[in-house]
Amino acid sequence: MNKLLKTHRWLITRRIVQFSILFLFVSSNLFGWKVLTGDLSTAKVLDSFHLADPYMVTQIFATGYIVAADTLIGALIVFLFYALIGGRAFCSWVCPINIVTESASRLRKILTLYRENIKVPIKRNVRYWLLALSIVLSFLTGVAAFEIISPIGMLHRGVIFGFGFGIAAIIFLFFFDLFVLQNGWCGYLCPLGAFYSLTNRFSIFKIKHTVENCTACNKCFMVCPEKQVLGIINKQSGRITGGECTNCGRCVEVCEDNSLKFSINNYKKNKLIR
Amino acid sequence: MKKEKKMATRRDALRKMLQGAGFLGMGGLAWGGYIDEAKATEVILRPPGAITEEDFLKACTRCGECVTACPYDTLKLAEPGDNKPIGTPFFEPRKIPCEMCTEIPCVPVCPSGALDIKSVSTLDEESKKDKLDINKARMGAAIIDKKNCVAFWGIQCDLCYRACPLMDEAISIEYERNERTGKHAFLKPVVNTEVCTGCGLCEAACITEKASIMVLPLHLITGKVSDTYIKGWDENDEKRLEDADEQEVGNSDKALEYLNGDWEDLIDE
Amino acid sequence: MSINRREFLKQSAVASAVAAIGLSVPLKLKAAQEKIESDWRWDKSVCRFCGTGCGIMIATKNDKIVAVKGDPAAPVNRGLNCIKGYFNAKIMYGEDRLKTPLLRMNDAGEFDKNGKFKPVSWKRAFDEMEKHMKKALKELGPTGIAVFSSGQYTIQEGYAAVKLMKAGLRSNNIDPNARHCMASAVVGFIQTFGIDEPSGCYDDIELTDTIISWGANMSEMHPILWARVSDRKLSNPDKVKIINLSTYTNRTSDLADTEIIFKPSTDIALWNYIAREIVYEHPEAIDEAFVKKYNVFATGPVDTGYGMRMPDHKGFSAKELETVKKEAKKILSDAEGTTLAYKGYKAGDTLEMKSRAGALKHWIISRDEFKKGLELYTLDFVANLAKGDPDESIDSFKAKLQELANFYIEKSRKVVSFWTMGMNQHQRGSWVNEQAYMVHFLLGKQAKPGNGAFSLTGQPSACGTAREVGTFAHRLPADLVVKIPKHREISEKIWRLPSGTLNPKVGSHLMKIHRDIEDSKIKFAWVQVCNPYHNTANANHWIKAARKNDNFLVTSDPYPGISAKVSDLILPTAMIYEKWGAYGNAERRTQHWKQQVTPVGDAMPDVWQIVEMSKRFKIRDVWGAQNIPGLEGGLPDVIADAEAMGYSPNDTLYDVLFANEKAKGFAWPDPIAEGFQNTEAEGDKRTIKGSDGQDWKGYNFFIQKYLWEEYREFGLGHGHDLADFDTYHKVRGLKWPVVDGKETQWRFNSKYDPYAKKANYGEFAFYGKALKKMPQGDLNTPDKEKEKYDLTNKAKIFFRPYMDPVEMPDKEYPLWLATGRVLEHWHSGTMTMRVPELYRAVPEALCFMNPKDAEKYGLKQGDTIWLESRRGKVKTHVETRGRNRPPKGLVYVPWFDEKVFINKVLLDATCPMSKQTDFKKCAVKIYKA
Repeated sequence: MNKLLKTHRWLITRRIVQFSILFLFVSSNLFGWKVLTGDLSTAKVLDSFHLADPYMVTQIFATGYIVAADTLIGALIVFLFYALIGGRAFCSWVCPINIVTESASRLRKILTLYRENIKVPIKRNVRYWLLALSIVLSFLTGVAAFEIISPIGMLHRGVIFGFGFGIAAIIFLFFFDLFVLQNGWCGYLCPLGAFYSLTNRFSIFKIKHTVENCTACNKCFMVCPEKQVLGIINKQSGRITGGECTNCGRCVEVCEDNSLKFSINNYKKNKLIR
Repeated sequence: MKKEKKMATRRDALRKMLQGAGFLGMGGLAWGGYIDEAKATEVILRPPGAITEEDFLKACTRCGECVTACPYDTLKLAEPGDNKPIGTPFFEPRKIPCEMCTEIPCVPVCPSGALDIKSVSTLDEESKKDKLDINKARMGAAIIDKKNCVAFWGIQCDLCYRACPLMDEAISIEYERNERTGKHAFLKPVVNTEVCTGCGLCEAACITEKASIMVLPLHLITGKVSDTYIKGWDENDEKRLEDADEQEVGNSDKALEYLNGDWEDLIDE
Repeated sequence: MSINRREFLKQSAVASAVAAIGLSVPLKLKAAQEKIESDWRWDKSVCRFCGTGCGIMIATKNDKIVAVKGDPAAPVNRGLNCIKGYFNAKIMYGEDRLKTPLLRMNDAGEFDKNGKFKPVSWKRAFDEMEKHMKKALKELGPTGIAVFSSGQYTIQEGYAAVKLMKAGLRSNNIDPNARHCMASAVVGFIQTFGIDEPSGCYDDIELTDTIISWGANMSEMHPILWARVSDRKLSNPDKVKIINLSTYTNRTSDLADTEIIFKPSTDIALWNYIAREIVYEHPEAIDEAFVKKYNVFATGPVDTGYGMRMPDHKGFSAKELETVKKEAKKILSDAEGTTLAYKGYKAGDTLEMKSRAGALKHWIISRDEFKKGLELYTLDFVANLAKGDPDESIDSFKAKLQELANFYIEKSRKVVSFWTMGMNQHQRGSWVNEQAYMVHFLLGKQAKPGNGAFSLTGQPSACGTAREVGTFAHRLPADLVVKIPKHREISEKIWRLPSGTLNPKVGSHLMKIHRDIEDSKIKFAWVQVCNPYHNTANANHWIKAARKNDNFLVTSDPYPGISAKVSDLILPTAMIYEKWGAYGNAERRTQHWKQQVTPVGDAMPDVWQIVEMSKRFKIRDVWGAQNIPGLEGGLPDVIADAEAMGYSPNDTLYDVLFANEKAKGFAWPDPIAEGFQNTEAEGDKRTIKGSDGQDWKGYNFFIQKYLWEEYREFGLGHGHDLADFDTYHKVRGLKWPVVDGKETQWRFNSKYDPYAKKANYGEFAFYGKALKKMPQGDLNTPDKEKEKYDLTNKAKIFFRPYMDPVEMPDKEYPLWLATGRVLEHWHSGTMTMRVPELYRAVPEALCFMNPKDAEKYGLKQGDTIWLESRRGKVKTHVETRGRNRPPKGLVYVPWFDEKVFINKVLLDATCPMSKQTDFKKCAVKIYKA
């Protein structure tokens, strides 16, 4: 039991954070609490200041519309927070889709559909193309292009304001990840993840690898949704600097050799490995 | 060999790039097409104070603050299946109309500017400050299906009129003699679209099976006259000229083309 | 071949489209169309709802109502309806329609006052009723039982109920919800004319030049009449004037040329102001010839109380007593100090209410005395007293009053004054009714085409049943009353009763039935076609009494409402088109209809329920000597006399009252009923188990026709003549008196009314017989020395002073509360709240208030509030917009909504003469919930 707790300590912490955030949003509708109102697109905190999704605001810029200062400042705060502190932590610590896709991933393992090395007809950089495409389309159509199809939005709005037909999209996504493409959404397609992957090079929190302790058990590879960032494992000590690392901490908790740890960025030795 | 390999790599890269561009192009077309489709939903009623639909779609961050603020559960965020731009707030008056709260809780909470507080405020004479005024909202305007509205049959209904928060302004009653009975009058509801806020309380109240008075977005039911004619009997009408575009003189070769055309075409062969 | 409705619609659309382009309709389709239409049976009927009395046509198919249409041949509405009428087809099929009798029982299946309702058979229901009714009769005598009757009874139901109660059970404790609705109008008619109901008719609308509405929101409460008023206005907009007098702005103001907002109760002062203008400023306007020949002047006492219980009654809270104590004595206000100065009072004096029991007393005075009484009602005095909108300037208000008076006075101008609940639900309602005639008589503008004071009624048969049949505690059919020996004699003769059977002691009026139940003086009550536990003011008291006292309450209702909920037994009841019946509207028009469909479930008509109950009593059970509190010697034993008449003591009341020889002479089947069923006469396809547990196969005679024809005997030759049963099934209603097959448009006018002509008194004859020999006196008192004045063929002009209502806003309860109806819902909503469209339209009763008041109390549009009086409180929502716009200081709440049970808040003060509750004024406070 203790072991189970230990090997899932970060996962449990993340779930608590994810659910707490959702609960605080829901509570604004249920009990009128003012801790967090709105949703993950734009939220108001403690009825005093706003937070906003910087990727969404970028798309809105592309449509040619200048958002109001509240939203703009909110987006800047969030942008700076992830860029300078959290890294791509949104994806694993906040985003509710993460719960869905990680569940699909877990089920994949239970159903023994998981493959160590798979050949997929699609590359992980598709998301960057989609990111670019969303900006272009926002410009061309005058609508924030990703927001209109975003399953992330559908999910958090569904939880906060009530589900309707949108649940179907989430179920579709779950089965997509389960049967079609392993870690398909978060690892290949999501342009929001791509956005944060591009902007987090200087974030403080990074995973630190100590090659001396590594026994090459490969457990980190087993759990990592973005294996390509684990290039230095068993090769050299250092930080996992790949932008696609979501700081989920799965590798840290499964590592029995004390070889992977949360750490802070080493700005001098910063070296991009992808 | 090396060169060949290099060439092959290049060719490969080119092929992959083209392939990628193809996928991207197709995906982009599909995605863009979907957006256009979703945008094309013209029949959507927005919360009070909403800026023009075109800008609204750009500005709205889908945060749902207006939905949370609405005390009557009138506002909803569009979901797949609603056939409306997903995530954006709207209401359906036949289900739950806008109750026209005097303090308009849904508007001031909007963080993006999609709901414009100025558009639903008037200057308070006493305090010289802007004061919220829901009567200025233009969520849409009601129109009446005169064929199925029972008041036009002579039934004493005028329920929409009584339900109207701007009774006698947005909906008024037109009295008309009923020649058939010889002693009753028609009490026909008439909507003044310039005053109607589009709250839809009338549509919600209408007693016909499907409402015979319904709210539509303003742009769907209003025409636009050309700026080149002004009502001579109405001085205020000249205001329209303020935003009129200056007419440009045409400078094509149309005249010459015409004149130099074959004159013989004018006569019988 | 079966074709459902949707298919038919589709096919008929095809057929008409095909016809339009000139092709011949395929024969198969055409045949189908004809077949379906031939399946529909259209028959004439009448709208279930208000007193307007619109004619409708009903289509039935497969024993179900499929549609209604306005009857184009009906003179009242010419095919039109309001939206309540529009939904007549939908009122019978609500999902919670009651289908079996329900009894409160314990687990052992015994009756238990605290048990839950469980279905029982009709036999069990009647067994229980019999048991508890007999128990109450044994313990308390005939006054221990009561019937809550109705202005929505069919005429036959009302007649059967009165006959069972008064002739059979010898109890006068039967009183209708119409008591709440037009009792003051009745007192006004009887005191003024000596006979009930209006002299004019709806045709006055088309003939008049001026329509003045006094406390009648016609546009919502009588929409079809309002359409006629609107048409009259359109026909000559400059000449025709409409004035709306009300305590708040309502929709009737829309079309009005002038709206006069007055303070509650000051309408009395307004009428006196108009009379003063006539008598003092424009004596030339008086129709001297008319007044001299046809009028006398009269007045009465003022120390009559307010119809509440005396303060020594236990059970009042300290808060309640603040108001109730005034029933014994009241300190006069400044205004009353002025208006009662002629009685020797001044402001601050205590008025002892010594004439509570003699409120109806009045005496003849001279014209000079009358004139003296009016003197102080000058424009200045009245305008300051009556101005109801604090935001209106006094000059503007004065100008309106002057204009109002001028319209009445203008010699060539015809004037109709309409009123309903504003004047009737009034602590001096009988007075203000009399005052309307005062003004019209002075000007000679009464009982003439286009001229007259016209009391409208609320209920579909308030006139036809409650008043004409006399389902009141003091009445018998055709304006006869139980108090007068001659009237009892006439009734006993028609009913073939031994002399002395009828109880001469007036029974408990509606308010008193509730109070008697609270005091355990009544232990069995039967609610028929009304909802008295929803519609009576100060409801907390009556509901507690119903549930907590040792009593047995039965409610007959098609739907569950508050009365059913607080009952011990519920009887599922057939609705209007599930039975034969007749209604009488506000213009004396009687309209009959046939049973259109079989009742739903095991529901049975009220006539059947009443008649079946009569089977449970034998003559010897009820016709022995009976003790009646307050009646010296009680009721005599008439069993021996009955035997002498050929009855046996073992005869049941059914044998005597309903299935006698006369009744059996009305055979069923009858040619007039060809093609129509009759659940009472022949049973129906359901063959339900009846009150004896056997299959119900009918009475085998035409009971509704019998009841009608016997009832008719009361009025024939006495100014209340009605046509025979069959005639009404051929015409669209007739206005009584119907003499030689001709209806009467304007009564008391020799040109139109054969009775007036017969009186041979002149152009007019106010031939009503009641109260026509009166003492004489001066303004202050009657003079016992003077002999009684004979005023045969004359009508009275009363002088009545202004008095304050008993409860007025003060610091603690700063607002007036007025209640009323809305167009969309009928009364307590048991029918209309079940029509989804009407429910959706107005799902809740809101508290209409002035936006400035809302601001003052820190409230905004839509806020949830408590509305509280000294008696109770309800939760509702603030409405500062919309149809009703009260002035500052007044709020208005409709009463249809069970969830906003406003009658808990209201004061049960009544007009001391008519006993009609004042639902229009009490003091309340509001605060955020």
